[in-house]
Amino acid sequence: MNFSLSKAHTEQIKAFKKNKRALISFYIFLILFVISLLSEFIANDKPLILKYQNNFYFPIFKTYMDKDFGGDFPTPADYKDPFIIKNIEQNGWMLMPIIPFSFNTVDYDINVPTPSAPDAKHWLGTDDEGRDIVARILYGFRLSVIFSFLLTLISSIIGIITGAIQGYFGGKIDLIFQRVMEIWETLPQLFIIIIIASIFTPSFWSLLIILIAFSWLSLTGLVRAEFLRTRNMEYVKAARAMGASNFRIMFRHILPNAVIATITFVPFLLAEGITALTALDFLGLGLPAEYPSLGDLVRQGKDNLQAPWIGITIFIVLSMLLSLLIFIGEGVRDAFDTRKNN
Amino acid sequence: MSILSVEHLSIGFHKKNGDVFQAVRDISFKLNAGEVLGIVGESGSGKSVTALSVLGLLPYPKAFHTKESSIKFNGQELLNSKEDELRQIRGGKIGFIFQEPMSSLNPLHKIGKQIAETIMIHQGVSKKIAMQKALKLLITVGIKNARQRLKAFPHELSGGQRQRVMIAMAIANHPDILIADEPTTALDVTIQKQIIELLINLKQKLNMSIIFISHDLQVIKKIADRVCVMKDGKIVETGAVDDIFNAPQNSYTKTLIESRSLLNINNKESDNNILKIEHLKVWYPLKKNFWGKCTEYVKAVNDISLKLKAGQTLGIVGESGSGKSTLGQAIVGLNKYIGDIFINNQNISDISSQQRAFVQIVFQDPYNSLNPRMNIEEIVKEGLDIHHPKLSPQEKRNRVVEVLKEVGLKETDLNKYPHEFSGGQKQRIAIARALILKPQLLILDEPTSALDVTIQAQVLKLLQKIQQERHLTYIFISHDMNAIKTMSDKIAVMKDGKIVELGSREEIFNHPKQEYTQNLIAAAI
Repeated sequence: MNFSLSKAHTEQIKAFKKNKRALISFYIFLILFVISLLSEFIANDKPLILKYQNNFYFPIFKTYMDKDFGGDFPTPADYKDPFIIKNIEQNGWMLMPIIPFSFNTVDYDINVPTPSAPDAKHWLGTDDEGRDIVARILYGFRLSVIFSFLLTLISSIIGIITGAIQGYFGGKIDLIFQRVMEIWETLPQLFIIIIIASIFTPSFWSLLIILIAFSWLSLTGLVRAEFLRTRNMEYVKAARAMGASNFRIMFRHILPNAVIATITFVPFLLAEGITALTALDFLGLGLPAEYPSLGDLVRQGKDNLQAPWIGITIFIVLSMLLSLLIFIGEGVRDAFDTRKNN
Repeated sequence: MSILSVEHLSIGFHKKNGDVFQAVRDISFKLNAGEVLGIVGESGSGKSVTALSVLGLLPYPKAFHTKESSIKFNGQELLNSKEDELRQIRGGKIGFIFQEPMSSLNPLHKIGKQIAETIMIHQGVSKKIAMQKALKLLITVGIKNARQRLKAFPHELSGGQRQRVMIAMAIANHPDILIADEPTTALDVTIQKQIIELLINLKQKLNMSIIFISHDLQVIKKIADRVCVMKDGKIVETGAVDDIFNAPQNSYTKTLIESRSLLNINNKESDNNILKIEHLKVWYPLKKNFWGKCTEYVKAVNDISLKLKAGQTLGIVGESGSGKSTLGQAIVGLNKYIGDIFINNQNISDISSQQRAFVQIVFQDPYNSLNPRMNIEEIVKEGLDIHHPKLSPQEKRNRVVEVLKEVGLKETDLNKYPHEFSGGQKQRIAIARALILKPQLLILDEPTSALDVTIQAQVLKLLQKIQQERHLTYIFISHDMNAIKTMSDKIAVMKDGKIVELGSREEIFNHPKQEYTQNLIAAAI
């Protein structure tokens, strides 16, 4: 496959860079995503580095036992335990992350009823179970974006392959495929997820598979149309006259042209994926409680109107994330729109 | 006395990046009453823009003129005059015919209504009278069954009829000037001839002046009294049509005229038949019955048999829809067919497409015959990738460079992309791609039709040279009788999927037997 940056692509990158709003959005999104990838080092209930009796420990990468630091139990060490803290500080030192809470750390030292309001310890307050909101957003952001990335990537691949087969071969294959897709499309997606969720608890991967099962449809039509158009181009005929195989024609000649049409859609699919996951989590049909999820925060915001910091925070985070993706998407769309460039 | 005088006209366009594109530079010409002025030039020479500026149809303010520019119609300055004054003149005093009649007519309205509309706008008559006038006009432009045709939609008419309707609309208000921008380019030769005869006829009947724009000198020669030759936005030569053709002064005019008179090369006849076609049929299903069985076919190629000797050129000529391209594509295996095709006495249905390298094809449209996402090296190299995958990259590159040089391109072109080349260069690349597999038989499907005349001549010369050097056999498919005459040893005339006449070049051109062939030749010369 030939996805190397041809000259046509560099022109499109140039056009994208000219769009200041899209470019700035892209950089902001990139920075936020990199930060969220480093969540463990920013918000964690384990120290980044720890010196104990002249040995260095890295609790983020390895689980140490209570016994290792002078405790009595063969259970993972709890670095919030005053006894352990005292022990470590007597025999060395430890460096905690900026936010000493992970997404699932329940802070038992709060003296007010949860959700607690923002203060120096919890910058954006805690949720109704006493978990730090900054930490939950950081992890939730990462989970949403990665989930949506995987969803977009896999459904694009499936969509491109099915669209390519339909468009290239046409005729009966196309006809049958189209009817199957039409039936598939009319299946009520939400009810199927509710039924599945009531049978077994969804996990990251099972939810991903269910959503992929429906989202691949969105690209198929586009790729099919692109293949239908391009397969009659004279350069395709020339390749066929030269004895090129179907596979070669599809991948070398038509696909690079069709990919352009699909790239335009990718940022919007990403935004859609994030919205879908958040909505499902909000309804309680998505990821189970042990995952950090943005949708769960939306639900808490709704349930705890007396604690507006939850609702306001998650509103700002979600609207910013989706706006960034839409701005990037618009930039990409305009850059690849050949009519506009000329 | 001149009815239209254009003086020191310059036209520029502001480009997006702030640059200025100068389309026309300081041209002056006059149009006398009752005269046909031909403007000839290649695409991009500024001839259409000049015509559009007369009617103020340029995209102002993106387009602009210099202060000295002036276009006077009967003494009235047209440039920078008010929009409603111009509207009186457009379609009233000055009529306009465009190149592509299909896109100039509104597909949703009946043609009678469209003609009547211009009459109502400019003459202020009732609809009933306008329709009567429209009917008269249709009769004037020679449309048969005019009364029924009033109610026809544009798609129900043939290309020639549509152009007649366009002419009817243009002359509806008895214009003093008719501007015809490539009115015959999209039409078949025989239809071209009829349209030109109609225009000459109308000119005399209605006492009009005509500005006739074309890239085709043959057409200009037939209709024009005087000719302006344009190149790169300038008029390089002006004169009476006979002077220009018999004693051209400018070197560019000379090349234009010479490009029409290429040497006819006779290839030696060898003994072995490289190609033998027996009872070839290519039928497309048109209607199917309930059970999916075909009840009606389009017989694109209907029972054709022919033989071709190695080293010769077979010209296949015919109007659009005659099945000539379908025949060519069947030989390279792009169409399903019934019948037998033998190449070197081997039935090609017995050999796989991978082994079919000895037949290659060059297509008409240089714009979509090259993949826009591959560079020239990748495009030309592809044949080697498929048929000689074991060659080293260096060896492949050497062969690509060698064949590029043969078609007149440079090694530095290897990394460029198709959009960086002109139409003629693209066609050279397409030829290089076909040649790299060292074919014995090359099918040229209208290889020059989309090119300017001077470029056409270069490509034809190149093809002749390659044929001599490589002892290739050509099948040259074209609707252009001049190109056919230059290239072919033998000529097959096709009509409605059948070969109506087959003979040597001399037989066909000097003693055409069929009326159809005679019409084709008469229309071309």
